[in-house]
Amino acid sequence: MTALLLLPLLLPFALPALARRALDRLAPVAALWAVTACAVVLAGCSLGALGVLLLTGLLKLPLFAALGELIHPLRTASDLVVLPAAAVSVGALAVCASTLARSVLRQARAFRVARTEAGRGPAAGDLCVVDSVRPDAYALPGRPHRIVVTTAMLRCLDGPEREALFAHERAHNEGGHHYFLAAAELAAHCHPALRAVRESIRLAAERAADEAAAARVGDRRLIARAIARAALAAQDDHSERPAFAAAATAGPVPQRVRALLTGGRAPRRAGRPIAALLLVCAAVSCVASVAGLADVHHRVEVAQGDQSP
Amino acid sequence: MTDARDARRPAGELEASVMAALWAAGTPRTPGQVQLGLGGGLARTTVTTILTRLHDKGVVDRRRQGRGYAYFPVQDAQGLTARRMHTELDRDSDRETVLARFVAQLGPDDERILRDLLEPGDQ
Repeated sequence: MTALLLLPLLLPFALPALARRALDRLAPVAALWAVTACAVVLAGCSLGALGVLLLTGLLKLPLFAALGELIHPLRTASDLVVLPAAAVSVGALAVCASTLARSVLRQARAFRVARTEAGRGPAAGDLCVVDSVRPDAYALPGRPHRIVVTTAMLRCLDGPEREALFAHERAHNEGGHHYFLAAAELAAHCHPALRAVRESIRLAAERAADEAAAARVGDRRLIARAIARAALAAQDDHSERPAFAAAATAGPVPQRVRALLTGGRAPRRAGRPIAALLLVCAAVSCVASVAGLADVHHRVEVAQGDQSP
Repeated sequence: MTDARDARRPAGELEASVMAALWAAGTPRTPGQVQLGLGGGLARTTVTTILTRLHDKGVVDRRRQGRGYAYFPVQDAQGLTARRMHTELDRDSDRETVLARFVAQLGPDDERILRDLLEPGDQ
């Protein structure tokens, strides 16, 4: 039984590699949906598994056994396994709950401030310009959707490139990408292995917006040029920052530029197996946690004397 | 981008484009100069109409230049609040988790890869 509950805790470790492949082989929007859904299911199941382990351990304690109206001792694997597992679960759940709560509160507050300020006063369409020497731009979803762009970003792009940038940010808002990013963020706080998946989801959202923008302005090369120019300008600005540890692969920006320049539609081979693998991953995780829960439920009923073993 | 495409775009998008061109210029611009800054596609009369509308809204100001006006963005309370919003968001080191940013920080090799990718033609 305990072994079955380990499965939802271990499966997330397989997801980062799967997510990267899904991004290579599926259309960006499909990858965004598939990877986000899988990450949310795996996060939920791993929390569920921790909860069941915790419950089992608690029912071993006389106080909780009495509260649960157990008349027989709960039959489980050795206490040497169950009690430490429960103790670890308590710790893990406590850490998850605190980081989740902190992240939700902080981001909700920042978001609320941004919305109030952007909604104040007249605006030129959906554009909100910030006078800043740092090139930066982001989509600010809400009613109405806004695009926030710094003056430095506007100045490092020419007219058509600015249109490309706006098309990209509008695609984020219209695609509701902030829901995916929020889901990725929550999942990342539920299981450490899902932190790497958050990066994949973020890249999938950017790729989806890039493709939508390319379709809108009708020029893939223009989008690629705008992204590259903006990234290089932002980089010049950050030159005093210490460089990150060398990465094995190119970062998200070159990947996006390359995908735009190489036509995008080419690597759609073997998309189905990777989608199937993601589905299997989510399904196995669900089945394992539900089966684990059902097993514990059965044992509790036996211990309560409602059922014979 | 063609005229037909621009004619179908919502007014808000055109206003955003014109406003962006004014901010990018940094100095007062006549409708003709704004039209050039947009990289073509919009008729000059359209640009003039949009600039007048932006002026009515109070987001741009203008001054006489020759027979027409030169327009520039108003750095008013709205600009200040936007800046405050920006610093508020900046305080969160992980704000890109909910906000989709246009470009992420480049890694050590990314700059070279990017320049290589863009090499043919436009650098």
